[in-house]
Amino acid sequence: MAIITSGLQASASLPRWFTPTVLVGSFSLSVAANTLSSSGSESGPNIVSTALGGFVLFLVSSVLISRLVEGRRKAADRFVTALVTSAFTLAVIPLVSLAWTVVTNGLARLDVDFFTMSMRNVVGPGGGALHAIVGTLELTLIASLISVPVGIMTAIYLVEYGRGRLAKAVTFFVDVMTGIPSIVAGLFAFTLFLVLLGPAAAINGFAGAIALSVLMIPVVVRATEEMLKIVPNELREASYALGVPKWLTIVKVVIPTALAGIATGVIIAIARVIGETAPLLLAAGFTTSMNYNPFSDKMMTLPVFVFTSFANQGIDTQSYLDRSWAGALTLMLIVMVLNLIARLVSKFFSPKGS
Amino acid sequence: MTTMANRGKSQIRLGDFIFSKLATFAGASILVTLAAVAFFLFIQALPALSPDAELGAQAPDGPLAYVAPYVFGTLYGAVIALLIATPLAIGIALYISHYAPRRFAQTLGYIIDLLAAIPSVVYGLWGILVLAPFLNPTYLWLNQNLGWIPLFEGQVSATGRTMLTVGIVLAIMILPIMAAIIREVFLQTPKLHEEAALALGATRWEMIRMAVIPFGRPGIISAMMLGLGRALGETMAVAMVLSPASIISFALLTSQNSNTIAANIALDFPESGGDYRSLLIGTGLMLFVITMVVNMIARYIISRRAEFSGAN
Repeated sequence: MAIITSGLQASASLPRWFTPTVLVGSFSLSVAANTLSSSGSESGPNIVSTALGGFVLFLVSSVLISRLVEGRRKAADRFVTALVTSAFTLAVIPLVSLAWTVVTNGLARLDVDFFTMSMRNVVGPGGGALHAIVGTLELTLIASLISVPVGIMTAIYLVEYGRGRLAKAVTFFVDVMTGIPSIVAGLFAFTLFLVLLGPAAAINGFAGAIALSVLMIPVVVRATEEMLKIVPNELREASYALGVPKWLTIVKVVIPTALAGIATGVIIAIARVIGETAPLLLAAGFTTSMNYNPFSDKMMTLPVFVFTSFANQGIDTQSYLDRSWAGALTLMLIVMVLNLIARLVSKFFSPKGS
Repeated sequence: MTTMANRGKSQIRLGDFIFSKLATFAGASILVTLAAVAFFLFIQALPALSPDAELGAQAPDGPLAYVAPYVFGTLYGAVIALLIATPLAIGIALYISHYAPRRFAQTLGYIIDLLAAIPSVVYGLWGILVLAPFLNPTYLWLNQNLGWIPLFEGQVSATGRTMLTVGIVLAIMILPIMAAIIREVFLQTPKLHEEAALALGATRWEMIRMAVIPFGRPGIISAMMLGLGRALGETMAVAMVLSPASIISFALLTSQNSNTIAANIALDFPESGGDYRSLLIGTGLMLFVITMVVNMIARYIISRRAEFSGAN
């Protein structure tokens, strides 16, 4: 019995309080050292050097102690654990900062006016983003109506039908299309409508929606494709064995099985394009007036509103900045609501059991 | 009996025929769209390439001299972003899939998913108003103490709107997407492989090295590919954060930075006209070609590891 125990625990292990203790110790030392060294200057200790110093100290001391007590392999394990955890922490810091800044700065102008007024004839404070919100909703809706059917059918083609050269080419070029820079999609929509409608009418809402579709289709294809591939072949074979034709098998068996994932993919695609700025800046333009008709005249959208409010600060800079932040906050709220809907859809429509 | 079976069979074929043609048509439309992108950009860029194009003061030395700094800036910024983001993304994915407590793992993944959808223009606002001022003291320190490294030399920007800031913002932007993809692949690692490694006495890191990483390698590569593509074409964050100049420079901390193609188009296009607009469209075509080449190289790398690439 004793032999077995020692075989399992080949080396001693450090107690559970080891890591937190070393962590607190290292960072206290780093804060102290940095405060001392910066006592002359008025700006206080440098946050970057404090954090970096504490982290390196923690890494070195805990790995060294672990190596002496627990051996090489466990020390390596502790080293990687520290790296991985710090990678996550490091990524969360800017994201928390970003959310905090957007919320605190955006709340200043998140009032009724912001959702009920356009920017027509507004100079200085006041005004709102209703024209931009309407534009964003219309363009995203049109883009989704184009992209979702095309994207899902393409994915079905690739997974269920695609054999030979065409399928290989489509797979390859969906990848290429995933990498299309958004601004190139905007340039494409602009040049397309420049050729079709001439320079006077080239910039309109529908051109913006076309640009968004170019960006959205590959995302929908990729998400749907991944989901269709996961559907077990046994389900398809069972359906064929019952005499169900292939297309009905796809519509009634394969798609419902994968629906949760597809819905999530579609909503993530929508959330991705709803924040696109550059293509709409080129293809849909920007304006201060309300425009309900996506087929003629320039159309404002929320991301472009955020950008132009920031870039063209008129008289009373602060009110332009406030509107910009409020637009950013609205955009983020829309994206979050979309994500919530995706969760709910996937919860209620995913196949039950197992 | 025979006739009924035959009739049933022909109906099946009709539905199948229409459905498969629809699917094929949708697949082919992808190729048509891409061809249209290249075609329309090309014919609209042509006027700027003719010898008697009037490019004016913006491009006195011709189209090639005009575009060179922007090509460099595009590649440079994207590579910096990828160098920062890749290790972090793998770390985050590992943390969520294998280190975080089970109860929180799903929530942490949900947070990362949410952040993948933050619009680039918001990152731009944050980058210029929060991150750049925050990082500037560090840039001064880097320049004073490590200025002998060519990357950190030169007159430090007073605003923090440097190439390094852009690289960091781009890295943060591509991080959530990369982490989400890598995490998904890591989570698909066969449980039996992991348990087998642990049963042989492997520590958690050894288990990850032996079972998770080899399984997830194509996921890591495709995440890098997506991240690089997004960083290359990222427009608004760069347009808002970078203080641009029309030069080629490796210096990370100065206010003279090579602008990127995409940011340059976004800043100049709405006000442009005539042959200069054609030139801008031409640079857009160039960006399109660059991202396409990057994607092709990535596809080649993935196809060399074909044994991993099947999803089933």
